[in-house]
Amino acid sequence: MAQAISPPPEVVREDGPARGGDSSDAAGLGRVRAAVFVAPALLLIAVFLVFPALWVLYLGLTNYRLTGVAAAEPQFVGLDNFIEAITTPAFWNSTWLTVEFVLGSAVIGQAVLGFTIAWMMRDRRGPLKRAVEGLVILAWILPSAIVAFLWVALLDRDGGTLNAVLGIPGFAWLLDHPMLSIIIFNTWRGTAFSMMLYGAALGNVPPSHLESARLAGASGWQQLRDVVFPHIRGHILTNLLLISLWTFNDFGPFLLTAGGPDGRSEVLAVHVYKVALQAGELGHGAAVSTVILLINLVVAVFYLRLLRSKK
Amino acid sequence: MTRFVLGRIGFYTLVAVLLAFFSIPLLWLVTAPFTSDPTYEVKVPDFTLDNFRAVLEHPYALPSLWNSVVLSVGSAVLVVVMAALAAYALSRVRLPGRDALLYALLLLSSIITGTAAMVPLFQLAVELNLIDSQLGLILILTGGLLPAAIFMLKDFMDSTPKSYEESARVFGASPLQIVRHVVVPLVRPGLATIAVWAVANVWGNFLMPYLLLSDVEKQPAAVITYTLYTEGGQANLSMLSTFGLLYSIPVVLMYLFVSKKYGFRFHGGIKR
Repeated sequence: MAQAISPPPEVVREDGPARGGDSSDAAGLGRVRAAVFVAPALLLIAVFLVFPALWVLYLGLTNYRLTGVAAAEPQFVGLDNFIEAITTPAFWNSTWLTVEFVLGSAVIGQAVLGFTIAWMMRDRRGPLKRAVEGLVILAWILPSAIVAFLWVALLDRDGGTLNAVLGIPGFAWLLDHPMLSIIIFNTWRGTAFSMMLYGAALGNVPPSHLESARLAGASGWQQLRDVVFPHIRGHILTNLLLISLWTFNDFGPFLLTAGGPDGRSEVLAVHVYKVALQAGELGHGAAVSTVILLINLVVAVFYLRLLRSKK
Repeated sequence: MTRFVLGRIGFYTLVAVLLAFFSIPLLWLVTAPFTSDPTYEVKVPDFTLDNFRAVLEHPYALPSLWNSVVLSVGSAVLVVVMAALAAYALSRVRLPGRDALLYALLLLSSIITGTAAMVPLFQLAVELNLIDSQLGLILILTGGLLPAAIFMLKDFMDSTPKSYEESARVFGASPLQIVRHVVVPLVRPGLATIAVWAVANVWGNFLMPYLLLSDVEKQPAAVITYTLYTEGGQANLSMLSTFGLLYSIPVVLMYLFVSKKYGFRFHGGIKR
């Protein structure tokens, strides 16, 4: 499924009579027609989004398999899948790799790099800014299968451009350093969102505050710490929550390393795929999916509360 | 003064590093398609067009691009029509439970991702006989995109003035006429944005078609690309690079179109 985007806080507004009477039914639609308008969308969402999410909870409690006897007549096995999941070293290995992946590529990579670029380019206009931003955005909008292959080519052991540039032919990035490879890859891939969000946020910092800090002799770092960060704290939190959520659910590493070698880059998203669809243990995979859903739920609720409190 | 000069040097060094980091992986995509017998290494192209012939001759290359068009346009049409109807009704009529519904939509769109739902969606597709059905995949993709689309469009409709609808009503237009002839033209930029967003999303989507379409004649370009570079020994690089370029160009064009026409500020943005 496509990555859904939640609008950034600027566009989320509570509506209500206070804001010019949004709910006034200007065209005279009426409740019945309104309900008919809403129904088709809700039906599709119910069948293809809500139902699967609820069903995964049930599937996790069965011994469903892709093939064999358990495929035809699955049995209810209670919490066995969850116990199996959390007692397998592979699950904890994947969980740990996912933490590394999210912290390394989202929190450190994308957020820091995105902020750095936004900060460097804040007062600039012209071709340099357009070139930097254009390239960063290009990395973000190209299809995932293509960028993954571009990195396969870049990191190739013998003919890859990176080894040629660094002068270390034969260095096997994807085999010897799979996690580092997917972390750098995902940083490259996703920095655009953070860059644009921080770019917009920095535009809201009053220049006069920065000016007076500068006149008071504050260094660049002091300006950042005392003026900029307090102003954009909400944006930073929004940014970190969203990119963590997306990175956590990102299937991109599969395209680059397929979880290998020997599961050394098998983040949870890839782990689910391998357990459920390659090994055919749907019940076990559903249990892992449930864990992912719960983690998503915690992050998303936190994010929505943050949006509410900002109003 | 020295401090200033050092600052400038530091700035431009950092910019150079950033430009290199972001452009080097992309170089191969623009050089290899025009190079005879490309390798993984980036070389100065000799501007041959032979590689494009390899794409034309490949049995699945062009059909897969067509499949991508079918999937993304099909999903975009469904998303725009359904989300526009729902968003308009939710924006103008205070249906009972509306705020809770909107909150639930926002929550759903962020937590039920392809990764979290791949197992039940695969199961559902098996049960409903939707494996290898492009229509089934379109419905599943549409269901995934709708919550965010409704949310963004409702916001857009909230900020559209109602005075036109009111005056049309004064002149005796029926509600459906008003929606058709007054509202749709007014919110066209919003509809266009959502359409582009949906197309870009489905165009780049790999996971869902990879899971649900096993018939190679129905697979979109994302899956064919992956097959081309993972299966069967040495990848055919002249074919793959050229195909990749053709597959990438539409997204770049859409991005340029959106940023030129509406300014690329992300009201939801375009993300895979």
